[in-house]
Amino acid sequence: MRLFISSLTFIFFSSTAVAQVDPALLRRTVKDTSGLLLNMDAVYTRPFLQLGKLPVALGGYAEANYQYLQQDGVSEGHQFQMRRLTLFVSSSISKRIKFLSEIEFEDGTKEINIEFASVDFEFAPLLNMRGGIVMNPIGAFNQNHDGPKWEFIDRPVSATQMLPATWSNVGFGVFGKKYTKDWVYAYEAYLTNGFDDKIIDNAENKTFLPASKENKNRFEESFNGSPLFTGKIAVKNRKIGELGLSYMGGIYNKYQDDGLQLDIKRRVNIYAIDFNTTLPKINTFINAEWAWVNVDVPETYTEQFGRKQQGGFIDFVQPVIEKPVFGFEKSVINAALRIEYVDWNKGKFKSTGDNISDELFSIIPAISWRPTAQTVIRLNYRYNWQKDILGNPAAKLAGFQFGVSTYF
Amino acid sequence: MIIGIVACQKLLPKAPPDNELLDGPVEGLSYEENRRFLAGDVAFNDEIFTSQTGLGSIFVATSCGSCHAGDGKGHPFTTLTRFGQIDSSGNQFLNLGGPQLQNRALPGYTPERIPAGATFSQFTPPANTGLGFLELVSDADILLMADPNDTNGDGISGVPNYENLPSFVTPFSFAIPRNGKYIHRFGKKAAAYNLLHQTVNAYNQDIGITSIFQPKDVYTGLNIDPEVSDVTVHNVVFYLQTLKAPIQRNQSDVEVVQGKNIFIQTGCENCHKQTLNTGFSTIAALSNKTFHPYTDLLLHDMGPGLDDGYTEGSAKTFEWRTPPLWGLGLSPKSQGGQYFLMHDGRAKSIEEAILLHGGEAQQSKQRFQQLSAQERNNLIQFLKSL
Repeated sequence: MRLFISSLTFIFFSSTAVAQVDPALLRRTVKDTSGLLLNMDAVYTRPFLQLGKLPVALGGYAEANYQYLQQDGVSEGHQFQMRRLTLFVSSSISKRIKFLSEIEFEDGTKEINIEFASVDFEFAPLLNMRGGIVMNPIGAFNQNHDGPKWEFIDRPVSATQMLPATWSNVGFGVFGKKYTKDWVYAYEAYLTNGFDDKIIDNAENKTFLPASKENKNRFEESFNGSPLFTGKIAVKNRKIGELGLSYMGGIYNKYQDDGLQLDIKRRVNIYAIDFNTTLPKINTFINAEWAWVNVDVPETYTEQFGRKQQGGFIDFVQPVIEKPVFGFEKSVINAALRIEYVDWNKGKFKSTGDNISDELFSIIPAISWRPTAQTVIRLNYRYNWQKDILGNPAAKLAGFQFGVSTYF
Repeated sequence: MIIGIVACQKLLPKAPPDNELLDGPVEGLSYEENRRFLAGDVAFNDEIFTSQTGLGSIFVATSCGSCHAGDGKGHPFTTLTRFGQIDSSGNQFLNLGGPQLQNRALPGYTPERIPAGATFSQFTPPANTGLGFLELVSDADILLMADPNDTNGDGISGVPNYENLPSFVTPFSFAIPRNGKYIHRFGKKAAAYNLLHQTVNAYNQDIGITSIFQPKDVYTGLNIDPEVSDVTVHNVVFYLQTLKAPIQRNQSDVEVVQGKNIFIQTGCENCHKQTLNTGFSTIAALSNKTFHPYTDLLLHDMGPGLDDGYTEGSAKTFEWRTPPLWGLGLSPKSQGGQYFLMHDGRAKSIEEAILLHGGEAQQSKQRFQQLSAQERNNLIQFLKSL
């Protein structure tokens, strides 16, 4: 028995010793302080940890929260949620060849996704090639969605319930940037696998681009053999802010199979504009995105599925206290506000000529405390008004959310 | 923090008053019955059919809830079209897709068209509430209200719709058949016997969903595997049976009280019977209850203006079952803020609906037209309170 305990003790201490790493060997990747970072740079501007001279850097973030929401007097009660655990691995294969991957566990292990896994080749600042699983650059949120960057627990409804963030696909493309003194200009263009029939044939009972994320085969084969094009141009001025214009479009339906024609080709077209800036002197950060979706829905299909959608959000984040708190030297307390709107079915009923509704408006005041830039503790109050397709009196949902999110 | 949140209850949206809602269970269900109600609620309101789960290939709506928002009356967007013939010889177009037109189709499919020679009518989906009470009105009580030969001389001659039972329906213990046919009571023409009959037909004809009860696929006309389980069908039937009856509002208001008297004086109550009774039910909350639906569940001649030239069962083309008026005032909350009344939603107000009455209701309509503006208003306020 004594021998057994001694052995266990030895194994414990020896394994602990092996597991410990000299902190001096861990180094953070160098932070870009140029002030000219774009949303498209988000994947590479995460805090990575590198061990010694290993060419691989690791990182990730986690999000957990509590919420109590109530809709028209009915509540699901107190809910604790582990929304996300995301792991990053990046590697500099050579000076101008990089690999980066992002693997995400959502809602525990309910969803496990490779959100990003691509190799970037830099031929020139204006010409880089990217291949693998890429995040289609539609809007800004899809590119720049890490939980710890946001003062709000819920992701924007327009970005996740109208646009399909986080939306990534297998494909290839090019991107590049051009810097001048106060300006940076950038472009991205990708061809990837794309959407499928589910965007108008799903259990949400509305045109719902995120329904295509259920198709796990899209990382292996295209649903219809037609590539999805995504392109974005962005411009940023050091003082004014960043403006992005993006487009994503392609054929979404299976119009032929095994050489037989099944339907005509039907397109989905998505346009987005995004803008962010920090107001001088008062340091108010403003971040906004708006998108329009057009889907070729057959005339003989139900009007339940909209041909046009639009929606977006605007966030205001105001630092109110910037001083050490509980010994956190760079602590910041922010007041924030999000206003968001989505219309999933923009059009008129054939039978009455009246407007089709199916829309949501929400407002979210928030307080966040950032003990460090990479960690946020946030308290949100959410109030939603959601109307059904007929425009009947809105269902009202409201409640409190408290959560933490941090890079690690 | 939880204490703080409880203290912040005032910032959370309250439930609308019970009498402003049509959904919700009848009072007095047991725990077990509440579970069945919830299962039916999910199947009725949350289950959206897709091509993967059996939708179509031709259809009208993608879910039960699409036609009955908040369990209330439907909107022209989901108005149904039934086609058939002008006489009561039975639907001659069943082998051509009858009785209902599936006017929508999955991508790549073509919706149904009304075959040549068929007549048709359009039906706006009715409210679902209180159906369990109506199902339990005995045939004897219905026959007591019937007066086919107008023996009392009031100009009202309601008749039941006698039809054959589908094979999957078991007659009620209180059934009083005639020549092998049974009194039907649900639907615009009273063509559905009970809520199982209604539910199975709606799954099949509205959504294109087959069941063990109705295995025929509306697109191919072939019998196929069930696309909805029999347990789900029974849960939906239970849900419909146990939805509460609409609760009257403002019933003590002077206008409403006076309007109710006018309702009776003008003869509206001769068909829109205020009070009915249920018989025995294994669901205690529905058993032997008195309720106020404002219907007699009978067919009435509504005059040439409402004769669409289409019929079901033994009903004539100009005959329509008296629709229950309970919940009428809440219709705009399920119809997008407007009224779409009468069988096809053609009336955009209660007043317009009254003025569209003819046939047996002609006399009552004329009395309504002779009312003063104040009296008319009182009557409308009463109807809106239901």
